[in-house]
Formats: sequence, structure tokens, C-alpha cells
Amino acid sequence: MNLEALFFYAFTTLALGGATLAITRRSAVHAAISLMVSLLGVAGLYLLLHAEFLFVAQIILYIGGILLLFLFVIMLVNLDAGRGLRQFHQRWPLGAAVTAIAGVAFAILWSRVQLPPTQQMPDAGNVELVADTLLQDYLVPFEVVSLLLLVAVVGSVLLARKRA
Amino acid sequence: MHYVAVSLAMLLIGTAGLLTRRNIVIILMSIELILNAVNINLVAFSKHHGNAAGQVFAIFVIAVAVAEAAVGLGILLALFRNRETVQVDEVDLLKW
Repeated sequence: MNLEALFFYAFTTLALGGATLAITRRSAVHAAISLMVSLLGVAGLYLLLHAEFLFVAQIILYIGGILLLFLFVIMLVNLDAGRGLRQFHQRWPLGAAVTAIAGVAFAILWSRVQLPPTQQMPDAGNVELVADTLLQDYLVPFEVVSLLLLVAVVGSVLLARKRA
Repeated sequence: MHYVAVSLAMLLIGTAGLLTRRNIVIILMSIELILNAVNINLVAFSKHHGNAAGQVFAIFVIAVAVAEAAVGLGILLALFRNRETVQVDEVDLLKW
């Protein structure tokens, strides 16, 4: 087994194991820490795919931003009251069945796909390539996303503020 | 393309968490897992096609995920302030 395959399986184990722990833990803080392990595994997969910019963005934005936000909210909201309660709602078999059906459907679809042959990336740095594509071909969506973030920030402040 | 299998597994874990858990914080985390699964797929196909557009899409997905997390957690705080609960099946005022 070569080194790349070894790293692939290591990062996959991190990503999927962390995800499984995140949705099964009773404590929300434990779930958040497991989610961090999972996100780190995904960041490692980005590195293996030569997407260095996304690797850094994943660590800074997801682990430094979103996960911290989750931990803040867990701190603000009293979650200890829910620890002794049932963790899965009454109709969980329905949800599990939907998940299983979706899994089988996607697997069947994927087994019928025929991929075109692999092509090489242009010979330039990853950040350079991503920046060229983002700021030339996708400039308008880029600006729209900045507007979306502005609206989201204003909206979340409005939602979360105390009513006078 | 083992990456697609990883992505599918992660999507299914996220869907299972989304559809079965009661705690709304865990449900929001499951949504993040699903968005991450999509991103793995986008980056893997970006490599396969030798085209950076997939990675740009992944950046957009991350930006939308950040906005979604901010608004979702804001709604969660407002909900907790009004109802003192984070269990989704206890919020059934509009249910028939």
C-alpha cells in the first residue's frame, strides 16, 4: 500500500468516524468536538486532492468560525436539561428508512455513471488557479455571495437580539 | 473514485442525523456534514476534470454554509428564549 492510499484511509476514518460520533453523542459539546475531528479529516482529503486553498479555508472558516459559533451557542443555551431525555424522536425509523432508500438510490445511480478520462490540472499554483476562476469567470456570483453574507449577518443579529 | 464513496457515506450519516435526532443543535451540525459531503464531491470532480471551477463552487458552498449557520443559530437562540427547549418535537404549535 503506498503512502497516498494510507493517508486517504486515515483521513477517511477521521471524517466518517467523527461524523458518526457527532450524530450519536448525547452531549452537544462532545458532538461539537467530534464534528471538529470530522471537519479536520475532510480538510485532509482536500489536501490529498491538491486543493490547498480549500484546505486552509476549511480549517479557518469551519473549525475557526462555524464550530466556534456552535460552541458559543451551546454555552448560551442550557442543554444539560436535555441529557436525560430521549435523543431520537418517535418516528426515527421513518427517517432511517428514508436515509437507507436514498443511499441505495445514489449507489445504483453511481454504478451506472461512466466517467470521461482524467485530465490534468493546468500547471499553475492552486491558489492562483482558484483566484483566476473565481475573479474572472465567477465574478458576479462572488459579489452576490458578499451581499448574501451581509444579509445573513444583519438577519441573525435581528433574530437573536433581546426584545425590549 | 473512492472520494465519491466517502462523500456518499458522509451524506448518509448527515441525513440520518438530520432525520432522527431531537436536539436542534445536532440537527444543524448534521446540515454542516451534508454540505461537507457535497464539497468533497465538488473538489474530487474538480481534480478529475482538471478544472478549478469545482473548487470555486466549494468556496460558494462554504460561504452559504456560514450564512446558514449564523441564521440557524440566531433562530435557535430566539426559540430557546421563547420556549425554553431545544427539542424539535416539542415545538409543535402549528401541528395539526
